[in-house]
Amino acid sequence: MTRLLSHLTQEVIVFLLAATLFLAAAIFLPGFMFKDGAFQAGNLIAMVRAVSVLGILAVGMGIVIIGRGIDLSAVAVMAMSVAWYLQMLNSGVPGWQALGWALAGVVAVGLINGFMVAYADVPAIFVTLASSYFVYGFVRSQLIVSDATPAPAGSWILELPNLGLVTSTHIPIDVYAFGAAVFVGFLFLRFTKWGRYIYLMGDNFMAARNMGVPVRPMTVLYYVISALMAFVAGILTTSSIQSMNVRVVNSNMLYDVILVCVIGGIGLSGGKGYMRNVVVGALLIGIMGNAMTIMDFTNVEQNLIKSIILLTAIIIDGLLNPRDEQTAQQGDI
Amino acid sequence: MRLKQTLAAIGLAALGTVTLHAAQAQEAQDDPGPAAYAAALKGKRVVLVPMAMGFDLAQGWNAFLKREVEAWGGVYDSRDPNWVTDAGTQALTDLVNSEPKPNVLVVHSPDLQSYSKVLKKAHKEGIYVVLIDNPMNFPADAYVGSDWDRLGQLEAEAAVKGCANSPKKEIGLVQGDAANATSILQYNGIKKVLAKYPDFKIVAEPFSNWDQTQSRTVTATMLQQHPDICAIIDFWDGDAVGAAAAIKEAGKKDQVKLVTTGGGAASACKALEDGTYYAIVMTDVVGESRDLNAIIKYLLQSGQPAGTSKTYIYTLEKATTKEDLRPGLCWSVEDLQAGKF
Repeated sequence: MTRLLSHLTQEVIVFLLAATLFLAAAIFLPGFMFKDGAFQAGNLIAMVRAVSVLGILAVGMGIVIIGRGIDLSAVAVMAMSVAWYLQMLNSGVPGWQALGWALAGVVAVGLINGFMVAYADVPAIFVTLASSYFVYGFVRSQLIVSDATPAPAGSWILELPNLGLVTSTHIPIDVYAFGAAVFVGFLFLRFTKWGRYIYLMGDNFMAARNMGVPVRPMTVLYYVISALMAFVAGILTTSSIQSMNVRVVNSNMLYDVILVCVIGGIGLSGGKGYMRNVVVGALLIGIMGNAMTIMDFTNVEQNLIKSIILLTAIIIDGLLNPRDEQTAQQGDI
Repeated sequence: MRLKQTLAAIGLAALGTVTLHAAQAQEAQDDPGPAAYAAALKGKRVVLVPMAMGFDLAQGWNAFLKREVEAWGGVYDSRDPNWVTDAGTQALTDLVNSEPKPNVLVVHSPDLQSYSKVLKKAHKEGIYVVLIDNPMNFPADAYVGSDWDRLGQLEAEAAVKGCANSPKKEIGLVQGDAANATSILQYNGIKKVLAKYPDFKIVAEPFSNWDQTQSRTVTATMLQQHPDICAIIDFWDGDAVGAAAAIKEAGKKDQVKLVTTGGGAASACKALEDGTYYAIVMTDVVGESRDLNAIIKYLLQSGQPAGTSKTYIYTLEKATTKEDLRPGLCWSVEDLQAGKF
């Protein structure tokens, strides 16, 4: 029994929790999975779709956290880069040129985050918090005119949803993109030497450096990856809403991204976790959000329930996996 | 001799007439209006604190008030809390404690309660408080804006009309949030109207938290649960694009009529034209701003101490559909900022 319990990592706990919630919703909530006794896939697809953008951001965030960093600028980069890109398109900047500028801006933010953390030794939490405010403030005040920036008619972004619908399954493009992001993240972490470096750095930064891992360029690299993921997430958001509203920067979204990573089992102390944790975390959030929407819960009530579930997962994890000497030495971020 | 007298008499009479005319002219020049107007208004400070500057209505009020206040010799300023309630409270606290103090605060409140304490302090300092568009549990000197209960009724009437040919009379709501007066009152208004139509039923009423993506997600879920919905009322056109996207993705653009409300910026007319919205209850932003300006001028001249009057000025609202579209119905932020209104 004890042996069995010790296998209960947070990941397994959350997976069991998600599975339980899923079953409970499927049985007790009409319309979640069965409607009038018949199986319906529509709601499940909508559910996964609702967390796809969150999941893509969490893939970037997950890679950064595994490398023992954190990127609080992800949501700001997502909203502001795409809003600026749309603004350029609306004011007549040629498509490729606008895309080039936007991507250059995104990479620049990633580079600055990485350089400040890796070379100036400023804690990641402060660097990325500052860059989040800077990116938001600069773009909002200097580059765009309104909170909401519409995508120009005929833009390629508006054509993206049709890519998903042409397949016979009618699965939205967001879901494919989330799957692709997870798969690429998995290949990167599992099969490239840079991926292995990130685990080494997250596990024991000094040891990794002594081994000869290029820790500083690697740090810069994962912040750039996170920024690029954020841009992809922004494009997908725009493709379905047909505009980008930068109000999202003031929302809870960033916490939800971190929540997806942490609740899925990517330890904030670094070096732990896989892409599958992102999927589990995103699914749990998706199931809860969907079930609570069906039950007409307000946002305040939803946040309350989310926080209780997160606390429960953390407490169970703390009881079953007590902190050892190594985590005590390193501390969390 | 007689002639001389006559001439003198005529001369005197003429002189008299002239003097009389002159006196009358003098009297006309002494109209006390302009002087009193200038004395009461000159140099008075008006500050607008909307929930955020980045959306159509706030940009409308801001452009209009700036032009008017500066034209009557006042000093105009604005703050941008950017949807953060704490930042709004902070801005108001700073304003109430600043020197020189503002004379009028135009406040767009995020909820019923948060600003009450600081606005009470403003009244104590002799600052008039005018609420714009969002009601509060606070006795402001004036409220200018929508009657949200009535607005909800108009939305519900439009939805009922939109459902006329549908076999099932199911309506879905996408509410804002549970603390905001505009959301609560719209809900009440909708309920009132639907009580008169017993065959209509609200089948789902999730919250968007005024966020587009959230609106899309909850609408997609709603359409999955209740495929026969004939109309959806989304409580703000700032997030209704999300609901519209979900309806379109579900392939139900013809079946589901989307009703919403907003400031009547150009994007709203476009959405009516292409059928994204079936009806939108538009706020006449220029009319509303003119009411606002008038009540500010009235308060400053009235001599009424701050916090002692209570006036409600509701903006005329109308559910606009595709049939009502005409050029110039909607306004653009660019035009407003360029002073074209």
